[in-house]
Amino acid sequence: MTISTAPVPVAAEAPAPGEPTKKRRLWAWLIFIGGAIYFLVPLGATFYWSLRAEKDVLGFEAYRRLFEDSRFWPSFTESVVNAVAAIILSLLIIVPTAYWVTLRLPKLRPVVEFITLLPFVIPAVVLVFGLIRLYGRPPLLLTRTYGSSRVLLVCAYAALSFPYMFRSVDNGLRAMDVRSLTEAAQSLGAGWATILRRVIFPNLRVALLSGALLTFAIVIGELTIALFMAQHTFGPYMAELTRSKVYEPSAMAVVAFAITWVAMGMIALITRSGQRR
Amino acid sequence: MSEAFLSLEGVRKEFSGVVAVEDFNLEVAPGEFVSFLGPSGCGKTTTLRMVAGFEPPTSGTIRLAGEDVTYAKPNERNIGMVFQSYALFPNMTVSENIGFGLRIRKEDGTARESRVAELLDLIHMPDKGKAYPRELSGGQQQRVALARALAIRPQLLLLDEPLSALDAKIRDELRAEIRRIQRQLNITTVYVTHDQEEALALSDRIVVMSRGRMEQVGVPFEIYNNPTTGFVASFVGQLNRLPATVIDRDEGRLRVGSGEVRTTSGIESEPGTEVSLMMRPEELTLDAEADNVLQGTVEAVTFLGSIVRVQVAVDGGRLTADLFNERLLVLPVAGDSTQISFPAHACWVMV
Repeated sequence: MTISTAPVPVAAEAPAPGEPTKKRRLWAWLIFIGGAIYFLVPLGATFYWSLRAEKDVLGFEAYRRLFEDSRFWPSFTESVVNAVAAIILSLLIIVPTAYWVTLRLPKLRPVVEFITLLPFVIPAVVLVFGLIRLYGRPPLLLTRTYGSSRVLLVCAYAALSFPYMFRSVDNGLRAMDVRSLTEAAQSLGAGWATILRRVIFPNLRVALLSGALLTFAIVIGELTIALFMAQHTFGPYMAELTRSKVYEPSAMAVVAFAITWVAMGMIALITRSGQRR
Repeated sequence: MSEAFLSLEGVRKEFSGVVAVEDFNLEVAPGEFVSFLGPSGCGKTTTLRMVAGFEPPTSGTIRLAGEDVTYAKPNERNIGMVFQSYALFPNMTVSENIGFGLRIRKEDGTARESRVAELLDLIHMPDKGKAYPRELSGGQQQRVALARALAIRPQLLLLDEPLSALDAKIRDELRAEIRRIQRQLNITTVYVTHDQEEALALSDRIVVMSRGRMEQVGVPFEIYNNPTTGFVASFVGQLNRLPATVIDRDEGRLRVGSGEVRTTSGIESEPGTEVSLMMRPEELTLDAEADNVLQGTVEAVTFLGSIVRVQVAVDGGRLTADLFNERLLVLPVAGDSTQISFPAHACWVMV
């Protein structure tokens, strides 16, 4: 067999398309590094600052003081409970709505999508004054006690989560054949509640989790609404800490950041394992 | 025929003013297998969905086992349904899918398990109970969907193009399977398809539909051999159509191009009327001796294995002949001049 001449032109051509690729890759790296610096330097500086609570020694003194603060855990737990309640409320509103829109009112999808996006458009300050003005006067008087204000706060958080929740649920619903699954379940004798509980919710698991974790990440450190409703949650606690302490707020920022990242990591993990299944 | 088990009377469906189905009247006997056959958009699926309860009819009555179910909810009809897209619940195993309807009916655990095992045997998948739908092939998924629909012991089984998403080979296998199971359980079945071969092979009776109307109802043999409308004749099977002019009504003589042909099926038109002469490709031969012989030129020859399809241009039109393949067959070649012939009983006239 003679040596084929075919590879020669290929070899000759190779550097030509290779060069722009290399160039592009270099740019990609530069942009990535630039972005990384932009995000990591403040974070690193904050972390470094948080380690300097003791004179001349780097250590976790600020974290120790933070965790020992009598108000840290109560405010943190309160925010976690609020977040969980908001997630559940949001799910109960969004899942049936998105399901019904997909199944029966597909023409209304843009409208519903727009409505769920409103929390992005309306600043939290505006939202909270609206809420207080509407629900804080007779006959509702929801802002009268701490408990009833908290209910109002959870409702507001549920609304804040709509953009994330609707998007993930909608994606999840699009990924399955909602109509056929519904009709199959119907012909087997299932009613609406059963279909939602046994068919729709279980198949939305991954989508719901990612929506829920995003909601959790937002609610846990939310400041504006909680502050105006005079709630002793994590957000106002962090803000107050910033005003009165030097090193603890940095420690706090790192902790809050870690919580968010853990939430994000869990989304990635769950989504990936969901795809593998 | 015994008393109708499923009956549709004057059923009509409009979607925002557009008529999807009209004047649909049908009685289905217990244990009968009826197919709705037609092109997409002919209203066959809409009709099936009205029987299932997913769409309320605009007017008309649907009766099932003597009961008026026209406006009954789908989950109160006890009808098993199989979908083109399988529609298995992805979060449940095969066994859980099959047992879903029984669970809804609150049947207790052991009864449910034995019923599920029974159905897994019926579909020849006894060891797949723990598998998830995504681990199965399309054909297996559709078997499971069939088992799930049958598990609830439905009064009626509805199948909406169940084989359309499958490969040809699997399709033939599953087709035979569906017929076997239907016979074995003697369950009244309505089957929707656009595939005439499927309808002919499976059905006791076929309803051919076009543009929201029933064109013809009959057993497969009748639908194929005695189509009553031009639509049925051309939709079911291949068909030759030659323009012809009536010469003599009583003798069945017609002029085709410059030649003359004879038919034994009746002619209703006056002499001189322009009509169409219809015949099936498998009834044409290239022999020189027959009741009707036309001269022509071979245009194309397609070898299809068991059949050789020959297209011949004749004076006044073009004819397709399907010849059975045999080893001694001499294949004609395009450009050959030939005669093409058919018996008088094989052709009929349509206006």
